Amino acid sequence: MAFAAFQTAEAVPQAPKRHSRIALLLLLPGIAYLMLFFLAPLVSLLLTSLQAPREFGDIGQFDYAFNWQNYVTVVQSYLPHIMRSFGYALAATVLALLFSYPLAYFIGVKARRWPMLQALMLVLVIAPFFISFLLRTLAWKQILSDESFVITSLKALSLMAPDAHFTGTPFAVIFGLTYNFIPFMTLPLYTTLERLDLRYLEAGGDLYAGPFTVFRKVTVPLSMPGIVAGTLLTFIPAAGDYVNASRDFLGGTDTQMMGNVIEANFLVLLNYPAAAALSIILMAAILVLVGLYVKRAGTEDLL
Amino acid sequence: MIRALIAQARNSQLNRRALLAGAGAGATALALAACSTGGAQGKPKPAADTSAEDKTLNWANWAAYIDEDDSGAYPTLERFTEETGITVNYEVAVDDNNTYYGKVKDQLALGQDIGADTAVLTDWMIARWIRFGYAQKLNHDNIPNLANLNPALLEPDFDKGREYSVPWQGGFAGICWNTEAIPGGLESVEDLWNSDLKGRVGVLSEMRDTMGLIMLQNGVDIAGDWGDDDFTAGIDVLRKQVADGQVRNIKGNSYLEDLKSEDTLAAICWSGDITVINAEAGDKWQFAIPTAGGTLWNDNFLVPIGSPRKANAEALMNYYYEPEVAAEVAAWVNFITPVVGAKEAAAAIDPELAENQLIFPNAETLSTAHIFRSLDGAEEQKYQAEFQSILLGA
Repeated sequence: MAFAAFQTAEAVPQAPKRHSRIALLLLLPGIAYLMLFFLAPLVSLLLTSLQAPREFGDIGQFDYAFNWQNYVTVVQSYLPHIMRSFGYALAATVLALLFSYPLAYFIGVKARRWPMLQALMLVLVIAPFFISFLLRTLAWKQILSDESFVITSLKALSLMAPDAHFTGTPFAVIFGLTYNFIPFMTLPLYTTLERLDLRYLEAGGDLYAGPFTVFRKVTVPLSMPGIVAGTLLTFIPAAGDYVNASRDFLGGTDTQMMGNVIEANFLVLLNYPAAAALSIILMAAILVLVGLYVKRAGTEDLL
Repeated sequence: MIRALIAQARNSQLNRRALLAGAGAGATALALAACSTGGAQGKPKPAADTSAEDKTLNWANWAAYIDEDDSGAYPTLERFTEETGITVNYEVAVDDNNTYYGKVKDQLALGQDIGADTAVLTDWMIARWIRFGYAQKLNHDNIPNLANLNPALLEPDFDKGREYSVPWQGGFAGICWNTEAIPGGLESVEDLWNSDLKGRVGVLSEMRDTMGLIMLQNGVDIAGDWGDDDFTAGIDVLRKQVADGQVRNIKGNSYLEDLKSEDTLAAICWSGDITVINAEAGDKWQFAIPTAGGTLWNDNFLVPIGSPRKANAEALMNYYYEPEVAAEVAAWVNFITPVVGAKEAAAAIDPELAENQLIFPNAETLSTAHIFRSLDGAEEQKYQAEFQSILLGA
């Protein structure tokens, strides 16, 4: 979706010349799909989030109501988790950008002369997708466990305290999020950098700009669509991720994110309204944050 | 569900335009029905039994919870099919009581077939299904072998006389440790809080086992009539150990991975698992029931309310209550069999196995294990909320 949007971004938009019934007919499956799998669940979620516990009801029994206090309660109970979700997602996005930009620049610009190398490196970026990300995350948990080679070596070099550990800490969760979302950052960056016209960089140099200034004033602005797309594709799923932070994967009791809270409320506590209210809050917060970000980044016509 | 929808569509003679116009509204209503939480209607009605014509059975069970041969077939199940002519579709569909419940609860509330004619679930979850009317009443005439049920399991507080549920396998929760790291071994839950083990202790995310063991250590009779104060005292112990970093993590089945990777050196764990990981990853873990006592739980067969094959399910239960069959299963899964006579049958195959206290416990071992009493809806909500607040670090 995002990729296509950026590729056509520079084309002059062409309005259709006449309205056709066939076009409407062709749209129908898409609209039906959205109604059935997006709008209907969303309405249901909204209604659930306003439910009130049934009087003298058993666990998990709720009736439709307008119990907006649910939202206040969940924010009061889970504010740390909400903040943590966005904090971790932000950290992971920044880290992923720092790792991905040089990588994408190398593949998209430096490797242009060797198409084979370019293709090979792209395959390497995409290759992890061939294995379920659950398995890859579990593998990291093993690689970074207390008695693993990595951790014992770090301890032997006194880079880690003897009784310190990695799994179950915020670092492990941010590490996992960064690792899992790097391809989503690299690919959009690559698509914009690959089309970067190097003559602009030359022109910058001719106008006495140093390499850093050229990068800052020319390369970064030209690759902005890729940066925006990559950060969105990383930040949005990372904020809602519940796998990396889960206690069964890289997280511990003090790294639980919003997704984990929703899961616990839905599956264990059977507090469906709380789970639904948290989901709505997560969606709304992401929408607002992303809206602000896109507006600031000045690429709103790309969305 | 889909069948019902097709029938509905056939019945209502709609022209195409009206159908399209109605689609939007229909979709919303449908989604609401599918996602309804609890439902306003009363208890669902049991489905009509078609077992006489329909010789099939869908069985939802947990992983590694039945005897398996090297080719992945289930020998006892194959013999059941030979004896009764009932084809069993055995599915490893349950990997957690809560997620399984989350998956099927809406269909149960509507009295629909959930795709399983019998499911194996843990005591407290069974209690919930019975309370909500999600289980069908069993006809004991079809299960004559139920006479072989261990008398201690006949009258649980959630199902007196076993009208709705029949035990499949049980187990203890106790403590276990890595014998290479802790050669001296552990005796009580208190030993887990030893400062030598700081950050290397795991506890289970199953509230009744973790809290059960801690409360037993506090001197509470968990099977008896304890109340809020006893639970809160236990929660305080756990909260402190988690906050101090003594407890590394709180997990479900995946706690075994932590033991293997040595992230944890000691843990609260389930009896049968230790036999399995000793076989898998070198003989270096030991299990014990703590001095203050361990918990005893059972997983039980029940027939979901929407299943039209109750008699077939009863035939299956009856078959697995033959002592020889039960012995064969117990020898493979390493959990406690509820079938009296299975021990003798096992002794005929392997005398050493029959003496294993974790599979065929004697009265003395059983007296150290306690069943966590059933909680009513309000208690469940309150206690789980406290327990989950520790798991979520809130």
